Amino acid sequence: MFYILCPYCKEHREEEEFHPRGQAHLMRPEDPDNTTDEEWGDYLFFRDNPRGIHHEMWVHSVGCRKFFNITRNTVTYEILETYPMGEQPTITADDPSVRHEQGAQVADGGWQTVGARPENTALNEETSS
Amino acid sequence: MQRYSGFGLVKHAFGHHENWERQWRNPEPKKQYDVIIVGGGGHGLATAYYLAKEFGVRNVAVIEKGWLGGGNTARNTTIVRSNYLWDEAGRLYNHSLDLWKGLSQDLNYNVMFSQRGVLNLGHTLQDMRDIQRRVNANRLNGIDSEVVTPQQVKEIEPEIDISNRARYPIMGASWQKSAGVARHDAVAWGFARGADSHGVDLLQNTEVTGFKIRDGKVLGVHTNRGDIEAHTVGCVAAGNSGVLAKMAGIKLPLESHPLQALVSEPLKPILNTVTMSNHVHGYVSQSDKGDLVIGAGIDGYLGYGQRGSYPTIEHTLQAIVEMFPMFSRVRMNRQWGGIVDTCPDACPILSKTDVKGLYFNCGWGTGGFKATPGSGHVFAASLAKGEMHPIAAPFSIDRFHTGALIDEHGAAGVAH
Repeated sequence: MFYILCPYCKEHREEEEFHPRGQAHLMRPEDPDNTTDEEWGDYLFFRDNPRGIHHEMWVHSVGCRKFFNITRNTVTYEILETYPMGEQPTITADDPSVRHEQGAQVADGGWQTVGARPENTALNEETSS
Repeated sequence: MQRYSGFGLVKHAFGHHENWERQWRNPEPKKQYDVIIVGGGGHGLATAYYLAKEFGVRNVAVIEKGWLGGGNTARNTTIVRSNYLWDEAGRLYNHSLDLWKGLSQDLNYNVMFSQRGVLNLGHTLQDMRDIQRRVNANRLNGIDSEVVTPQQVKEIEPEIDISNRARYPIMGASWQKSAGVARHDAVAWGFARGADSHGVDLLQNTEVTGFKIRDGKVLGVHTNRGDIEAHTVGCVAAGNSGVLAKMAGIKLPLESHPLQALVSEPLKPILNTVTMSNHVHGYVSQSDKGDLVIGAGIDGYLGYGQRGSYPTIEHTLQAIVEMFPMFSRVRMNRQWGGIVDTCPDACPILSKTDVKGLYFNCGWGTGGFKATPGSGHVFAASLAKGEMHPIAAPFSIDRFHTGALIDEHGAAGVAH
């Protein structure tokens, strides 16, 4: 169960009051009539799907009904920050402190590692049953 | 391979069952293979099995970072059906259903496929219209399917509540009699044993850490046990497909979500069939052990944690209790989550990529188990011939740019 700080209501509320709405900071192509099929398909369907830090849009659907953004770790499920629409995240996957302290699975070399590694106990514990 | 039979069982009983052969080897990786399958779940193992058995490609390795069938193969609710709306999806899932029917004999391994039928309930007028449309589409595609009334639902599943007391009373259902359930672990083990017996190397605890790609052609994979060469690589990694694709510099339109299931304490036989409801959001069947196997919906957010949220469990159990009020005091035994790779149109991706020789079979989302043999079969054919099998061809990744989507949200939705 997430306790989410709504940046408008300034209160931690339970997950059930909110609704996730997918990746944050998506920009609709400025001139949709003149985009290629490639660009339009990318905008409609292709999303980041990181193992680690993810910026996502949520709506406080049974509260103030406003949209806002969350930076969350998709492996540990830890919420690192919430911030209103129009603002940029202060924590990103490139942040070196995040890599170590939050256990984000971002490896060097431009790609992300797959799966549980012996040195990462947090991940191993989650592979239950 | 040691063949299993009733006679063998009796013979080994005299030896206190101590002399059974191991079901598969645990080989050291070779330097080079004709085909590498990344991912040792049901679909990956099935692909390797059919490659070796039907398409004569025997120099094959299956690379698995954990153990065989340890991901979603072991975490699903084991439902097998093929009543999908669109022609392309109907063909794919029905091809799979046809293979299921002879699978135990084919593999010489009891996958406990039980064609006990699947009910997809309708609770609103629109539900019933959609069901009628889907049933008609199914029948045109030669898939057995019929619309049944609440009274017929009650005859099939006597404990269900068809009264008007429910918040969403049952107005009817679609009924696929040839659908059913199978034993998920046995499917993975059966395919693994079959593949191994045809010479496939099953490399467990081997993690792919990158791809060797030169001039737009795949030359092999980097693993934690050294580099392995192959000019054809098929990735069948479910929730981790996106991560693999990123290594190869490919984007996939997938989002990974936790999907939960739970089982109750064992009960005496009470359910005859599989009951699914999109509208109230839950599905239930009873395993041969007697526990109720209950499936929930996905959590709406991205997650790789292999666990789901409590609100989702609560929501699912509300639906189950609404359909079967007598289950209100059944205690739940275990709950788990798998990571499903959902596609925007709720259909899988079986496709070539921009990298020559690199193929992906992913995006099965919440409903891949039923397709295990069919997916493996058509994917193996595609890998062997270098051309996508006609049944697999419409599931190309190109459809997200051409717009030729196969929108199965109606037939898939929650109860996939």
